[in-house]
Amino acid sequence: MQAFLAWIEARIPMMRVANMHAIQYPAPKNMNFWYVFGFLATVVLVNQIVTGIWLTMNFNPTSEGAFASVEYIMREIDYGWIIRYMHSTGASAFFIVVYLHMFRGMIYGSYQKPRELLWIFGMLIYLALMAEAFMGYVLPWGQMSYWGAQVIVSLFSAIPVIGPDLVQWIQGDYVISGATLNRFFALHVIALPLVIVILVFLHIIALHEVGSNNPDGVAIKHKKGSLSEDEKTKFEIHEYYTSKYDIADDVLPFFPHIVLKDLVAFCIFLAGFTYIMFFAPEMGGKFLEHPNFEIANPLKTPEHIFPVWYFTPFYAILKAVPDKLFGVIAMFGAIIFLFLLPWFDRGTVKSWRYRSGLHKTNLIVFAIVFIFLGYLGGTPQENWKITASQILTVMYFGFFILLFIYSKNETTKPVPARIPK
Amino acid sequence: MRKLICILALLLPGFAFAAGGNVHLDKANYDLSDKASLQRGAKIFMNYCLGCHGQQYQRYQRTFNDLGIPEDLAQENLQFTGEKISDYITRSMPAESAAVWFGAAPPDLTLVARVRGADWIYTYLRSFYVDESRPFGVNNTVFPEVGMPHVLQPLQGTPRMTEEEALVDGEKVMRHVGIKTDGDGSMTTSEYDQAVLDLVNYLEYTGEPFRLESESIGKWVLVFILVLFVFVYLLKKEYWRDVH
Repeated sequence: MQAFLAWIEARIPMMRVANMHAIQYPAPKNMNFWYVFGFLATVVLVNQIVTGIWLTMNFNPTSEGAFASVEYIMREIDYGWIIRYMHSTGASAFFIVVYLHMFRGMIYGSYQKPRELLWIFGMLIYLALMAEAFMGYVLPWGQMSYWGAQVIVSLFSAIPVIGPDLVQWIQGDYVISGATLNRFFALHVIALPLVIVILVFLHIIALHEVGSNNPDGVAIKHKKGSLSEDEKTKFEIHEYYTSKYDIADDVLPFFPHIVLKDLVAFCIFLAGFTYIMFFAPEMGGKFLEHPNFEIANPLKTPEHIFPVWYFTPFYAILKAVPDKLFGVIAMFGAIIFLFLLPWFDRGTVKSWRYRSGLHKTNLIVFAIVFIFLGYLGGTPQENWKITASQILTVMYFGFFILLFIYSKNETTKPVPARIPK
Repeated sequence: MRKLICILALLLPGFAFAAGGNVHLDKANYDLSDKASLQRGAKIFMNYCLGCHGQQYQRYQRTFNDLGIPEDLAQENLQFTGEKISDYITRSMPAESAAVWFGAAPPDLTLVARVRGADWIYTYLRSFYVDESRPFGVNNTVFPEVGMPHVLQPLQGTPRMTEEEALVDGEKVMRHVGIKTDGDGSMTTSEYDQAVLDLVNYLEYTGEPFRLESESIGKWVLVFILVLFVFVYLLKKEYWRDVH
């Protein structure tokens, strides 16, 4: 066995890569529960790919057959309903863990120098995930699949000059039709998953190059020769890291310590996930919307059209602006501003633990604004809601503007040189 | 941090139940484990609904097996159009003719409980009332201007809207109070309510025929995860004992 492994290792660096990127990767020991969502996102990604493969085996990507084939999977394939609910619950779970993962990055300043590119890769994953989820939601070809696609695709018609032609090009038809469904299927099962997997790979490589941040925002890698032997970690850390830096006694190896902690979180996550899956897969019409159990009918507009809950904050921003083009600009602007977060924040202190009360308030207000926008975008239109979403839209962008203003000369607490005991 | 979680925990339940309708709906206390009720519901469906509404994603055989109806009995008493027991529950009325007769083709009812909800169907089927201005002589308070005749009228009797005079903003208006039948149906009001509930129960079943199985598997899955959690937690504690 040993000889066989050595034979392999001489030809491809399996163990070296495993040691470098997993087993002997130095992770700060003060990483709290906020640090499990990256792992959980990976788990959900694997879940989506595996269940997706099995769904593909019986799914029929045509406007005549899609809806019926989903019901066929649910009713006549042995345990097909489990596969389908794993996939549909997984879609929402993906966004829950990703939103928490992103908010973690925001409160602990994980986007700041030198992690800007890491943040950008993360945002690209988020963007690809939104496209993936949107196209996936069209596939069952229910009423919300159809009319949701109608609303989202028609956004592109707001683009001056090329808009209408662009919409036609995306749809592959003059209206949303079987041609649209068929190409969304291709993009949903091949193109975007590939893009997401590659981006996740880059995200992890970039993370391991700059190292994990932590709730104190304190560096664990120190200049070579700056730490005494006592101050260095006793754990076996891969030489890729130790040859360039002195690794402080503030780290744990990713395996088994961090993996075990992630597994504890995984069990808790799994309990919630399977509870929803087996007992409330529709989640009160939020994960699977009620009108989507009715086959798409181009002649019958549903009373209310909402995107699925994870898009509703941006949908509320879109609706808050009276002009369509400016609404679309505001909506995409909301995402672009997130991309630019590392440059809006001019501070050097990472974690909110050592930053001003203003910063903490700003972050919490931002989270509440985001959730409230989600509520406004996902419930029937009323007059007060238009005003409310306009105010909240201003507050959404206000977060970034305020951050840019106060972060230059912010009153911060002194950051310890080492992770506090 | 802790404050934030509290705020989120307080806000979230509000979002889940924020959507609502305009009509008051009666609660349908259906029970998927009540086989007798499901069987009565299937009988009503096959006798009164299937003429116009199909259940094109559900097969007879599966339905009979799940509901505990012996196949030979079921074929004799519940299958009227000479289809095979392995066939889907489809209606015999052609969609084109149906659209001409009713203004719109009657929708498929396999998933109606998931689209409308049990309460809606339960209230809807008990909310027809005589309205001579409509093509079929009936209207509905839950679904105004509905294109469907009151198929269950032989059971319920002729339903009439009862109204009372009321003062609203200083003006006398007729306010809808409820529905009273002439008593010419084969059932009493409470028998009819029960019959509709049985039908709702049946439609709830066809919407998600694996609901009960899902919950019984789900319980064991949760037990397994709990056991797994205990072991993983202890293992984690063991490895982290020397940290800090």
